[in-house]
Amino acid sequence: MDYRPEVIERLTELWEGRDKGILKGSPELYNRYRAEAFTEFLRLGIPDRKNEAYKYTNLEKSFGYRYEKYFSPRPDDFREAERFHCEVEDLDVWNMVLLNGFFPRGDEGLAMLPGGIWVGSMRAAAKQFPSLVEKHYNRYAQNEKDGLVPLNTALATDGLFLYAPKNTVYTKPIQIVNLLHTTQDIFSQDRNLVVVEEGAQMSLLVCDHAISPQHYLTNTVTEVYVGRNARFEIIRVQNQHNDSGKITHTFIHQERDSYASSNNITLHGGLVRNATWHRLNGENAETHSYGLFLADKHQHIANFVKVDHAAPNCNSTQLFKGVLDENATGAFNGRIMVHKDAQKTNAYQSNNNIILSDTARMDTKPQLEIYADDVKCSHGATVGQLDENALFYLRSRGIDAREAKLMLMFGFAHDVIKNISIEALRERIDHLVLQRLRGELSRCASCAIQCN
Amino acid sequence: MENDQDKLLGEVTSGEYKYGFVTDIETEVIPKGLNEDVIRVISAKKEEPEWMLEFRLKAFRHWQTMKLPKWAHLNIPEIDFQDIIYYAAPKQKKRPDSLDDVDPELLKTFDKLGIPLEEQKRLTGVAVDAVMDSVSVKTTFRETLAEMGIIFCSFSEAVKEHPSLVQKYLASVVPYTDNFFATLNSAVFSDGSFCYIPKGVRCPMELSTYFRINASNTGQFERTLLIADEEAYVSYLEGCTAPMRDEHQLHAAVVEIVAERGAEVKYSTVQNWYPGDKDGKGGIFNFVTKRGICKGDDSKISWTQVETGSAITWKYPSCILRGNNSTGEFYSVAVTNNYQQADTGTKMIHIGRNTRSTIVSKGISAGFGQNSYRGLVKVLGKAEGARNFSQCDSLLLGDKCGAHTFPYIEVDNPSAIVEHEATTSRIGEDQIFYCNQRGISTEDAIGLIVNGYAREVINKLPMEFAVEAQKLLQISLEGSVG
Amino acid sequence: MQSEFLLQIKDLKASIDNKEILRGLTLEVKPGEIHAIMGPNGSGKSTLANVLTGREIATVTAGTVTFEGKNLLEMSPEDRAREGIFLSFQYPIEIPGVSMVNFMKTAINEQRKHRGLEPLSASEFLRQMREKKELVEIDSALTNRSVNEGFSGGEKKKNEIFQMAMLEPRLALLDETDSGLDIDALRIVANGVNKIRRPDTSVIVITHYQRLLDYIVPDYVHVLYDGRIVRSGGPELALKLEERGYDWIRKEADVSEETWTTDRK
Ligand SMILES: Nc1ncnc2c1ncn2[C@@H]1O[C@H](COP(=O)(O)OP(=O)(O)OP(=O)(O)O)[C@@H](O)[C@H]1O
Ligand SMILES: [Mg+2]
Repeated sequence: MDYRPEVIERLTELWEGRDKGILKGSPELYNRYRAEAFTEFLRLGIPDRKNEAYKYTNLEKSFGYRYEKYFSPRPDDFREAERFHCEVEDLDVWNMVLLNGFFPRGDEGLAMLPGGIWVGSMRAAAKQFPSLVEKHYNRYAQNEKDGLVPLNTALATDGLFLYAPKNTVYTKPIQIVNLLHTTQDIFSQDRNLVVVEEGAQMSLLVCDHAISPQHYLTNTVTEVYVGRNARFEIIRVQNQHNDSGKITHTFIHQERDSYASSNNITLHGGLVRNATWHRLNGENAETHSYGLFLADKHQHIANFVKVDHAAPNCNSTQLFKGVLDENATGAFNGRIMVHKDAQKTNAYQSNNNIILSDTARMDTKPQLEIYADDVKCSHGATVGQLDENALFYLRSRGIDAREAKLMLMFGFAHDVIKNISIEALRERIDHLVLQRLRGELSRCASCAIQCN
Repeated sequence: MENDQDKLLGEVTSGEYKYGFVTDIETEVIPKGLNEDVIRVISAKKEEPEWMLEFRLKAFRHWQTMKLPKWAHLNIPEIDFQDIIYYAAPKQKKRPDSLDDVDPELLKTFDKLGIPLEEQKRLTGVAVDAVMDSVSVKTTFRETLAEMGIIFCSFSEAVKEHPSLVQKYLASVVPYTDNFFATLNSAVFSDGSFCYIPKGVRCPMELSTYFRINASNTGQFERTLLIADEEAYVSYLEGCTAPMRDEHQLHAAVVEIVAERGAEVKYSTVQNWYPGDKDGKGGIFNFVTKRGICKGDDSKISWTQVETGSAITWKYPSCILRGNNSTGEFYSVAVTNNYQQADTGTKMIHIGRNTRSTIVSKGISAGFGQNSYRGLVKVLGKAEGARNFSQCDSLLLGDKCGAHTFPYIEVDNPSAIVEHEATTSRIGEDQIFYCNQRGISTEDAIGLIVNGYAREVINKLPMEFAVEAQKLLQISLEGSVG
Repeated sequence: MQSEFLLQIKDLKASIDNKEILRGLTLEVKPGEIHAIMGPNGSGKSTLANVLTGREIATVTAGTVTFEGKNLLEMSPEDRAREGIFLSFQYPIEIPGVSMVNFMKTAINEQRKHRGLEPLSASEFLRQMREKKELVEIDSALTNRSVNEGFSGGEKKKNEIFQMAMLEPRLALLDETDSGLDIDALRIVANGVNKIRRPDTSVIVITHYQRLLDYIVPDYVHVLYDGRIVRSGGPELALKLEERGYDWIRKEADVSEETWTTDRK
């Protein structure tokens, strides 16, 4: 039976009660897009496997669940959040904790960090930087085929705003810890906007955690503008329990001479789908998309990437890896698209997966779509096991078989992690991955959930 | 330098289609359009048994519920299926018993195409079934083959003479419900070849079918069925051409291959249907369903194709690897020049244990051509030890063409190893320079490089075809290189 | 009872895909001895190294191998290594993502654990790394990378000897360690082996050339031909081979049934 009509009905109810609900307190800047977006969502619906981009991902597990709340309840108690210490605590970062998508203590003002970078809530941003927000909001999250993007535009009420004005540089990473902590099962949506203006630089680390054992589904849309000669790096560490679903859509729009990189590290999660869109809109830009997941139990982890070469002389790489054990399933769907005049494009795409059990399954679809001739594009995909020869080499040096396998798996994973530019973070993530590979629950120390 | 190259490219790729002539022969045609009566007429003309007509009608009824598939990376103009003639036959008294009864015009036509039907003129290694429009004209070396128990005849004859074999295998690999074009074919198919190699027999010569479209406004819907019984071996070749016409003509064929235990079938195609002119006018729409099943253990099916013709090509010769230790291969070179479009590739379905598959696809795009590789490698849960390697390369000659790669990899077994690699590039200036430095002209250098690029595939063709294919490659790219 | 031999191979037979590669090979090595094994391509030299180190490409079908009196064939590859067998691979594999440092540290500590020793302290480990690196004149840039990743052919071979220096084996099997090395590197590597070697360390050198044996002077030279040792001698045998090739041996050794039949044709 199709679970979707009922879900759509519930969302429609929510939409109909908008005057007392989502519209309340939400800036007009965002509200003006909602009606059209909701209509668009109704037209497209919740993606099913007939949608190429979801061919190998069945959302039913997450979307079919009956949540008690269809948008996140505002927490009145932030003490929990303050007690929370992320595992990456010894990192030198500027840190902020969000609870269920809301900012602590109702403090919705924007903070200015040394160097002139602004951080805060989307609501506050609409008041403080209306024209900037107007210029960028809902400009990049354009995708005619995925109903979940307009769903977010229609119903998301807040999220993170980050603004690096022209030539501002903040060398420390900005860390956002997204906590889910409720007594109810919730579906929540957050909407984020990052603007890195010409010559500015910023790195963002987003850690997603679910710290109470309820069922969760999050549908996140993040728009990123990277101006001329600007530099932006985003790293996501996803560590949620098996009853949580996490859907992210990240749209990175790049102007000439800019640099951007995205790295999705998925350590845990019931159903995770990360979609990353890179648009190279100006010459000589460079973009990288990385992803790593380690999945077991009945987890499903999907990565969707599209790199759009719309201008000449740009470089891009995609590197995605997965390790699947037990009944886990994984999917990769990546595309390099080279537009007609995007000559001298260099684009590379690679997807490698290791299957460890009889019941795990991996589907991959690495694709090239090329309309310019002076290009170098290549891709490769593998699904297989650990290299027997490498295993023997390690064992012939006295390393036992189990340890040797671990080392190889770690090496396999490290290939992705090594691209994180912040050294302390890289080491920390290496450590988390190793713990995860050893079967230790690499969840935050402060997490009380013994989820399986 | 750039400009010189472009000019040269233009010269090299503007080669003429050499098979575009029309044979002036009286043709029997039925009126345009498609309905149950038309199907009855076709069946009656072929003097078919009732079960065959039933099969056609079943397919037709199903087809009426279907829609033209849209998923391919192709721009397919509206096709009016009522504006096509579904049966056309060169007027001959009957199926000729000896060559003397064949219309000399027809003999001349096939001579001109390089396919002499007189056995003594043929290279002794090849037996030919010559098909023009909807009927088979002549099958050579039938008697020689019959002595070994090999059946090689036109499909229509097989229906009459070997009904139990046909009934057993027809639609066993491509069911009549399979897809829009295969279903259409099942309803209206005209002629084609039928081949059965009995147990333990290695077919001593290459079997080949030559398809020729001649009549205008007609569609060609041939059907080929190849069965290799246990431990049998056969190498089969298929060639095709059509006259130059301004209209588009539809070709929707079905090929089915069955390989029993230990059998091996090599199927080679040199597809050279009329591609349309340099402005994209005319040309054949080539929508083909080709599929083989490695039914028994240790069997092998190998597809090799050189696709240079057709305005639109849509085909995915596939292997169902059901027997343990069975092997599937797909080697393809596809050229799209001018306004040609191709969406082609393969499916390798690994069901049995230790099944192996290899895919080598080389796309070459020039002019405004759009060339897509689409492939599926699927490893089912029980396919212990399955192994696939795919290599899909694209070469771009010119800046208005496109090359696309759409592989699908689905793995459900941990002991499987699946590897896919693809590259897209244009001929490197350094490669051309290297040749120039050795005294080779740019034009020759490009020829050399393109041929080298396609070599791996061409080498898989039987000798006689390989030479032809190589020439064809050159011709179809003439005037495009740079 | 302590045997006087470190390694004893008796009538060893091994096959790959049902094809017999080692066809009854006998070899005894005492502590401190250096044996050279020479023989034409494909004669089974690397297969012997694989069988001794436990790589499952070849299946042992007959014969025994004892190492310090223990049945070697029963041991896992890692236990053989911990017992002191070291193979310098003919084709060392690249292992992306696994750092040399982590790799060596794990290997050394596993070996120490096997011998009932505490793990090395970080500083002691680093000291040893430094010391051994100098011994084989290997660049630090290399040991900071992943195992063999992007190393040149010669660098890979040096890296093998560096690992040998770190692990201090009882028996070292050097499978064409000289190939791919330039003249200077050959000298460095060969002298490295001599420096690493303690009086009771045994070495089996597999090589095609005398030039390595100029540095690592063998006590015995064996010719492996078609899966068997068909000739053994002193260092002079290697010189003779260098001069005359294998043809004369081929003539003397061709006693297999297959050859016999073809001769009669
Ligand atoms: N993995 C394998 N699969 C199949 N055959 C193999 C394999 N490894 C080795 N062989 C075969 O075994 C035989 C012996 O090979 P081996 O590598 O031991 O020779 P070698 O004496 O070391 O030669 P070289 O001097 O060239 O290194 C050869 O015929 C080789 O082809
Ligand atoms: Mg060897």
